[in-house]
Amino acid sequence: MAGETILRVENLSKSFGGVRATKDISLELNSGEILGIIGPNGSGKTTLINLITGFVKPDNGNVFFREKRITGWDASRIADIGIARTFQVVRPYHSLPAFKNLIVPLNSPRIKRMPGGRSGDRDAVAIDILEEIGFERDAFVPYKIASTLPLGYLKRLELARCLSLKPEVIICDEIFSGLSASEITSLVPLIEKLQMEGMTIIMIEHRLRELFRLVGRVIVLAFGERLAEGTAEEVVADERVREAYLGPESDEGEEGEA
Amino acid sequence: MNIIFYGVVNSVSFALVAMGFTLVYGVSRLPNFAHGALYVLVGFLTWSFANDFNLPYPLAILISLCLSAVIGAVIYRLVLIRLRGLPTSEIIASFAFGLIILEGLRLQGIGGFKGFIGPFYVLPPFIDAKIRLFGVLMDVQRLLIVGVGLALVLLLWLFTHYTKIGLSLRAIAQDEQAAMMLGVDSDRVAMVSLAIGSALAGLAGVMVLPLGNVTAEAGYRVLINALAVCIIGGLGSWAGALLASSVLGFAMIISTSLFGALWESVVLVGTIILILIFKPSGLLGKQKELEERV
Amino acid sequence: MATGAAGPSRRKERLDRGIKVRTEGIYALTSWREMGYLLAPRSLLILGLLVLPLLVGEYWQRVICQAGVYALLALTFDFLAEYVGLICLGGAFFVGCGGYVSGLLNHYFEWPPCVTIPVATVVGAAISTLVLLPCLRLRGVYFAIVSFMFPLLTVYILIALNIFGGTEGISALSTLPNIWFDQYIVLAAAIIALFAMRRLVSEDIGLIFRSIKDNDQAVRASGISITLYKTKAVFIGSLIGCFSGAYLSHQYGWLGISLFAMDFSILPIAAAAMGGMGSLVGPVIGAFLLTPLSEALRGFGQLRVVLYCLILIGFIVYKPEGLMNYLQRKYHQFEQWKEV
Repeated sequence: MAGETILRVENLSKSFGGVRATKDISLELNSGEILGIIGPNGSGKTTLINLITGFVKPDNGNVFFREKRITGWDASRIADIGIARTFQVVRPYHSLPAFKNLIVPLNSPRIKRMPGGRSGDRDAVAIDILEEIGFERDAFVPYKIASTLPLGYLKRLELARCLSLKPEVIICDEIFSGLSASEITSLVPLIEKLQMEGMTIIMIEHRLRELFRLVGRVIVLAFGERLAEGTAEEVVADERVREAYLGPESDEGEEGEA
Repeated sequence: MNIIFYGVVNSVSFALVAMGFTLVYGVSRLPNFAHGALYVLVGFLTWSFANDFNLPYPLAILISLCLSAVIGAVIYRLVLIRLRGLPTSEIIASFAFGLIILEGLRLQGIGGFKGFIGPFYVLPPFIDAKIRLFGVLMDVQRLLIVGVGLALVLLLWLFTHYTKIGLSLRAIAQDEQAAMMLGVDSDRVAMVSLAIGSALAGLAGVMVLPLGNVTAEAGYRVLINALAVCIIGGLGSWAGALLASSVLGFAMIISTSLFGALWESVVLVGTIILILIFKPSGLLGKQKELEERV
Repeated sequence: MATGAAGPSRRKERLDRGIKVRTEGIYALTSWREMGYLLAPRSLLILGLLVLPLLVGEYWQRVICQAGVYALLALTFDFLAEYVGLICLGGAFFVGCGGYVSGLLNHYFEWPPCVTIPVATVVGAAISTLVLLPCLRLRGVYFAIVSFMFPLLTVYILIALNIFGGTEGISALSTLPNIWFDQYIVLAAAIIALFAMRRLVSEDIGLIFRSIKDNDQAVRASGISITLYKTKAVFIGSLIGCFSGAYLSHQYGWLGISLFAMDFSILPIAAAAMGGMGSLVGPVIGAFLLTPLSEALRGFGQLRVVLYCLILIGFIVYKPEGLMNYLQRKYHQFEQWKEV
């Protein structure tokens, strides 16, 4: 099963008013891989994610999940078939304890359809998920009110929210943004662990150094179009990619810190 | 032929009434439930100035319009400004203001204030005559409504495209954060928009009320009509409001001639529900449902 | 918060009282004092409401019936506004629906009140929800606008088409046995509804409602259909509203367009703002405070409505937390000045 195409995007285009956010973007996602999507600001990365996950309806193009056409489906339907996403701006249900934030996905039709999903103590399940994600149970972290948690934990909470849905694909929208180097370092093994357990992951990132340690393949977007694809080394060496990030006539490229 | 003329007049009346509301909502995302109240208030004020104070009619109109603009600005400055960003409170407060004015006009016997009850209040039309156009007998007042309405649309277009204040209104309407970064004061703009919106409500009142009586109950009707136009056209969309006014205007006239005037409300409700089912964001609505807030 | 340029400055700090912390969860059962702390306010409320009819004369007993109805409506408003994010400016629509359904069933089929009231509650709720359904897909402001319009439009239609009694309404409906029955039914309903709603918002479904209000994008991304849950919430709210309408039609013995009156829309909102939005119990108490006040002003005509609105705006601007939130805060927390 690993290695087959699980998600296929064909010629996705979207304009907002006069602004061309994405233009004819196509890509394929293989089961079990971690795909990176990078590009300078404004290149259409978040719009692409919104198009795939149903938060924005495309003007043209199609999205296929396991060869099933999901173009134009509503966001909750797309989450229901197993594509979960994080949000760039993390807004937890702030007045609630951290673990209560997971009650919503645990009550979704998707979970209820799964064996054992209807019964059982959801609170306990939520706390278990949080513990796996790194919320130390002994320190009562899962019980803390969400608004009091530092950003590193909130990003993990976002991930936990996705995991509660038992998805097949997780799309992380700049999950490293706002975190310190050490916080990112502690997050990386978690994502590796998810991949080892069979999760397929798309990561949109600006923090390229950390990203390149995780991903197999990278796709580069610029100005709403797909610019390049390859392994991390190939992409970094690509002239066009450097130009997109740093502007033309730039001789020295950096290792990718945008 | 009849239908075309009365349809046009009706459409423009709807548009007149809806314009102020669309302006305020488009600029500050505030549904001004006091809109209908201001429409009627200006009617009563004008009547009062003309009859109780014996001012010349045009002067009465002018003063009332200015007053309504001031009232609009005051409502914003005193209350709504403290509630920006709290959608629940904004809506409730604007609703409460609308009711205060509308029900307040019906008060009796408080400190000698005799309320405005009963169908006794009539505003004279500007020119009390009828002329014959293409075989249709028409009040000049109705033609004036069309004229003023079209002129107003043009004026507003020019205002929002060529004057500094008008441009700042459009800026805030399109992207509040960006406009603020460029130095536009969001609160001042909101106050201006509420003032203009209130004046527009008053203007609509002054133009349309002479066709009948001035009653406080009309305030609710007018508010509902304005809301209906905005929902059908798309909240915040100017072109949508104009289009919706035409649709509604003609629909009502056609239904009146076919089924009689009683079915007006049914047509209104039906159109609203149809739009909400088939094109929820309105005929020309720009924002698609919940999409724009990712 | 006090800040000073130089010298010692203080700031106010709020801490939960010790007894509140000790009563979280099952530990409340450990001592009488703790249990008393929890039970006292609730018992006070229940006993107070139940004892009320015994303390007043007949005229005011009718007022209690009114207050009960407004309490139910205020509860509905608070639930929909603060726990789901739907601001209902037309509570009168629920009252009218419930009242008309029960009245018509009683008038045309001669079903007794004990049948028409439950039936009208459910059927009226179904009708209201169905009619409001199209606007639930849209942003909250649409719901506010549409809910405002519907009671008024319904009245216009009823008058214009002269159906269901038109302007005069239909009288000679069966009434309830006696005034005591009237009062205790509505008071019991209010108490039951209050505690049911408090329970509901702590359950998982209540959590989903609150999440929809806080961050509906995340709820969509969690695979839950927002429209479906909003529909459920509106149905629950309209059950309460339609019950009060059905009750009213039999308490008056009459149905007419006044069941759609603006009073039923605005007084609950004022009661909620005054009593404390979000507390669920606040609006109920607010209704029992505002209704007698409005009765006392009956002679002044429309001054009542102007007054509700002024109270409403006053509380929203100056004391948004309302009475009950304030009292609850005082009860559960204490404040102290702390040197910074």
